[in-house]
Order: sequence, then C-alpha cells, then structure tokens
Amino acid sequence: MTCTDFLARMTDYFDGEVEPELLAEIQSHLCECHHCEVLVDTTRQTIRVYRDHQVYELTDEIRERTVSRIMSACTGKH
Amino acid sequence: MPVIEQTGTEEVHPDVALVEASRNGDTAAFEKLVRQYDRQIFRTAQHITQNREDAEDITQDVFMKAYNKLDQFQGNSKFSTWLTRIAVNESLMRLRKRKTSRTVSMDQDVQTDEGSIPRDFADWTPDPEQQYGTSELGGILQRTIAGLSPGFRTVFTLRDIENLSTEETAQALGLSVPAVKSRLLRARLQLRERLSRYMKRKDGSAKP
Ligand SMILES: [Zn+2]
Repeated sequence: MTCTDFLARMTDYFDGEVEPELLAEIQSHLCECHHCEVLVDTTRQTIRVYRDHQVYELTDEIRERTVSRIMSACTGKH
Repeated sequence: MPVIEQTGTEEVHPDVALVEASRNGDTAAFEKLVRQYDRQIFRTAQHITQNREDAEDITQDVFMKAYNKLDQFQGNSKFSTWLTRIAVNESLMRLRKRKTSRTVSMDQDVQTDEGSIPRDFADWTPDPEQQYGTSELGGILQRTIAGLSPGFRTVFTLRDIENLSTEETAQALGLSVPAVKSRLLRARLQLRERLSRYMKRKDGSAKP
C-alpha cells in the first residue's frame, strides 16, 4: 500500500468502514510509514480540538430572545 | 417519552411525536424542538456565514420556516437533518448576498487539489489547551476554519463538529455520500495543514 492508497481510504478508515483484509493492510502501512501515522494522529487531533471547543455559542440572553421571537411569530399564525 | 407507533423493530425518533403535536397546533411541543436544536442551528449558520448577526437571524428564520413547512416534513430524514438542510440553504443565501462579486455554492473551490498529499508531517503538541489559553486557542480555531471555502467548512462543521453521520450530512447538503466523503477528506486535510503551524511541538520549528 502506498501513501496515496492510504489517503484514498482514510475517511472510511476513520469511520470504521473498511473490510478486515484492507484494515490489516492499512494497519501494516501505518506501522511502517511515519508520515501517515502522524497524518492520522494530527487529523484526529484536528477533529477533537474543534469538537471540544465550540467556537460559536448562543449566549443565554440572545437565546431567550431568539426563542421568544420564534414562538411569538409561530403562535401569531394560529 | 411518549409511546408512539413502531414500524417493525426500528424505534421511531422522539422528535416525530413532537413534530406531529406541533402540526396539530401544540406550540409547547414546537418550543421543545426549538430549544433542542437552536444552538446547533446557530453554530452551523455561524460557521458557514462567519457572521454572528447573520447567524442569529438565520436561526430565527430557520425555525419560522420550519414551522410553516411542517407538513412538508416527511420523516424520511431526521427532523434535525431537515432543519439543518434549511439552515445550510439560508446560510449560503446570506453569503451570496454579502459577497456579491463572488459566487458561493457548495461546489466552490472543491474541484481543486484532488487527492493532494499533505506536506506537513511534524508531530503536534499533545495538549494545545495548555500551550494556548482557552480564548487564544478559540481565536486560532476560528481563524483557521474561516480560511476554508464555504463548501469545505460546511461539510466539516456538519460531520465533525455537529457529529452528523455521513448519510445525514449528505441529506442536509443535497450531495451524494461519495461526494461528502471526498469533500470531508479534503476539508480535514486542509484544516489539519492550516492548524499545523500552531500545533507543532515546541521543540522543532515551533509555533510561529
Ligand atoms: Zn504512508
């Protein structure tokens, strides 16, 4: 398996969607290839850091205002 | 949870009952749905538009539109996916309005760099939270994702930040599953490459 082959399967590998045979090939490539090993690690870290730090959140105040505007627009229809 | 009809062995999502009640004029049921998904819709809208005021407006518009179109919700997708689809469309429309000179669509910039091999292979600090304070790290994350094209940051937001499945992401974006997978790969790689300059271990060629 080359690095390009691995890259083409990385998304399925992350999603756990590869057949056992292919998984074994991927795992042996990752053992031999430091680049791809680092690529997997740092891509996982990229996802994790964004998941752990929601950069955009509604403040409670704006949230309440938004919900009440939505609800008054909707109840107005009845 | 209300007991509702089950089709075969598959459990019906609790939202289905709330949607049904909302259709029949139960506004408290609709408010539950609003409070369940308003934050997610807001985050998605802000990630796509990169504008807080737009994201607040879009959040309101999405739920008002959804309320008026409840009859069109068929239940072939989750209610949250259906909402997300409305939010994505509204957000892309806002982006188009703001950037009048540039066309903005899910396809923008995604035809380039097919299968490009990443260049940066340095190890990262295991603990970016310690290297940067929370607010500095937040700023880095915002700037970095803002640098991606709308198509890429949308797919990353839905799949990786909001944790939609690949199928749900495809439904929300009106794309095929293979198209989502290939965009997601490139979005993740671009983001990783851009974050790399901040996250590299301090001992080699450390932070800029
Ligand atoms: Zn490799």
